[in-house]
Amino acid sequence: MKRRSFLTSAALALGIAGLGAGAVTAGEKVKAGFVYVGPVGDFGWTYQHDQGRQAVEAELGEQVETTFVESVPEGADAERVMTQMALGGANIIFTTSFGYMDATIKVAKKFPNVKFEHATGYKRADNVSTYSARFYEGRAVIGTIAGRMTKTNKIGYIASFPIPEVIRGINAAYIHAKKVNPDVEFKIVWVYTWFDPAKEADAATALIEQGVDVIMQHTDSPAAMTIAEAKGIMAFGQASDMSKFGPNAQLTSIIDNWAPYYVERVKAVIDGTWESQDTWHGFKEGMVQLSPYSDKVPADVQAEAEAMKQAIIDGTYHPFTGPINKQDGTSWLAEGEVADDGVLASMNFYVEGIEGEIPQ
Amino acid sequence: MDLSAIDPVLLLASLMISATPILLAAIGEMVVEKAGVLNLGVEGMMITGAICGFAIAVESGSPFPGLAAAALAGAGLSLIFAFLTQVLLSNQVATGLALTLFGLGLSALIGKPYAGVKPPPSPRLDIPFLSDMPVLGPILFRHDLMVYGSLALVVGVWAFLKYSRAGLILRAVGENHDAAHALGYRVVRIRFLAIMFGGACAGLGGAFLSLIRVPQWTEGMTAGAGWIALALVVFASWRPWRVLLGAYLFGGITVLQLNLQAAGLAIPVEYLSMSPYIVTILVLVYISARKRGSSLDAPASLGRVFHATH
Repeated sequence: MKRRSFLTSAALALGIAGLGAGAVTAGEKVKAGFVYVGPVGDFGWTYQHDQGRQAVEAELGEQVETTFVESVPEGADAERVMTQMALGGANIIFTTSFGYMDATIKVAKKFPNVKFEHATGYKRADNVSTYSARFYEGRAVIGTIAGRMTKTNKIGYIASFPIPEVIRGINAAYIHAKKVNPDVEFKIVWVYTWFDPAKEADAATALIEQGVDVIMQHTDSPAAMTIAEAKGIMAFGQASDMSKFGPNAQLTSIIDNWAPYYVERVKAVIDGTWESQDTWHGFKEGMVQLSPYSDKVPADVQAEAEAMKQAIIDGTYHPFTGPINKQDGTSWLAEGEVADDGVLASMNFYVEGIEGEIPQ
Repeated sequence: MDLSAIDPVLLLASLMISATPILLAAIGEMVVEKAGVLNLGVEGMMITGAICGFAIAVESGSPFPGLAAAALAGAGLSLIFAFLTQVLLSNQVATGLALTLFGLGLSALIGKPYAGVKPPPSPRLDIPFLSDMPVLGPILFRHDLMVYGSLALVVGVWAFLKYSRAGLILRAVGENHDAAHALGYRVVRIRFLAIMFGGACAGLGGAFLSLIRVPQWTEGMTAGAGWIALALVVFASWRPWRVLLGAYLFGGITVLQLNLQAAGLAIPVEYLSMSPYIVTILVLVYISARKRGSSLDAPASLGRVFHATH
């Protein structure tokens, strides 16, 4: 065989493999692939996703085989990794960072029989579902606690990228901190990374040096928690229980619990009932949880936080309930009005009272 | 905006902490390059040093054995590079890149049991009278001992290269290995030693990160610091004092931009975030423009394979 014709037939074979990839045949193991933005040992965002993956293995046992690739940059590399997974016979692929959105859609087009699940994005297709958690519900509760606990009235916020999810978190936390403590002020630092422990630690140090005594973060590693512990201030964990890193510093932690969702979706592939959908779960479904409160949080503040959490679960309270103005003073939500999911999903403005501008 | 919220004294103190890991790695790499070898594996040696230092510090309960282990681990890893490039004459660029990948994987493997463990605190300098001085106390006399160690290292390297006979031989090897060989110097042996020194420094830089600056172990925690150290050596045109200047400039602007953000400075964040890199590039352009015609003082044999044929 000449080299050129060999290449053509190899490409053809690859193409056929591509078309055939993903179809589940009875009796075969379902393969689930996971693409992670950080290392599984980050003890934050990626760690929690991997806990979900392990739950899938534990729950579905022999029926399933999982693989993952960690520390995949949000760019061309992501596309390559997803393509490789699909060619490797994955039936369902979870892509677990906002920045994988376009790559997921692109690769999904090439492999119509493979199911894709993209976390925190908004682009869907027949074989692409999206899922996310209502982290802002958790942020509302920790905002309340922060407003009650701060002595300096300065709360530090380590933000990653200016995307709706992060902005929503800042707004939710600010509104509720301000509600219980009108003097509260937010200092926001954008670090433009999900995972860079040294930079996250530097940001925490900078905030503390400027008088902040409570730190919230929207980055993936427990570096800020470690610094808060070392400097003797308070902090909230992110994505995972970080009390190991800040036994005295951590007041509570927002926990992302992906396990039930992952088990359900992989099971749907096994049963052949998988359909493209959009999932946005919160406290009620258990996708967002809080780790146990620290003893430092007084009983009445704990009760207040629990009451808010319960009200959100019952549906009697929504963290974005009017009256709320935008940062420029224009009205966003009228008295008693509740924000709809569409606006929340694309939130690109600060609420009134937050200083500074959102990087564009 | 409230610039008064930024305390310059604290800022200077954090600047030194932030700059020390890249300073250590860069000063080591500078010696390696002065000997005519380009080792792109700095990142891999740093992260390996970070976990080995962390692990030994945790096991022994004291940071000093940890730092020693980090230096040994970095030097040990660099020996692989030295053997491949100096004995088997492999390509230095490719081997260095492979060393980085290897180091990242190896450190993740070693580090599995150490995630979430707290390292023992490292001692700070505390001189009864000096440390309590206003302004100068916090800036000069209250750091972790390693910060002073890194400064001493810069002085040591500078004096070694400039005044000692061994330093002169090392530079000769880096400038023209054939001539050095003809004079009877052991080019390969000298380069082995330089590469190990560079590895030890990178390992120490990594351990500073995992034991003092962050202090915790997470996979991939160097997050590109090794590459910055490499760029810094070029930036400094292979001079120790400029390495120090460059590291403090880079660390300083990194810390400053975070502080400016926290103070609510009305400059778009994107510019603040890119400022450390921009300033580094600008200074580099300035230095190279000033010395028209010369090749930035790069050692003439840098990256070239040496094979003794006679």
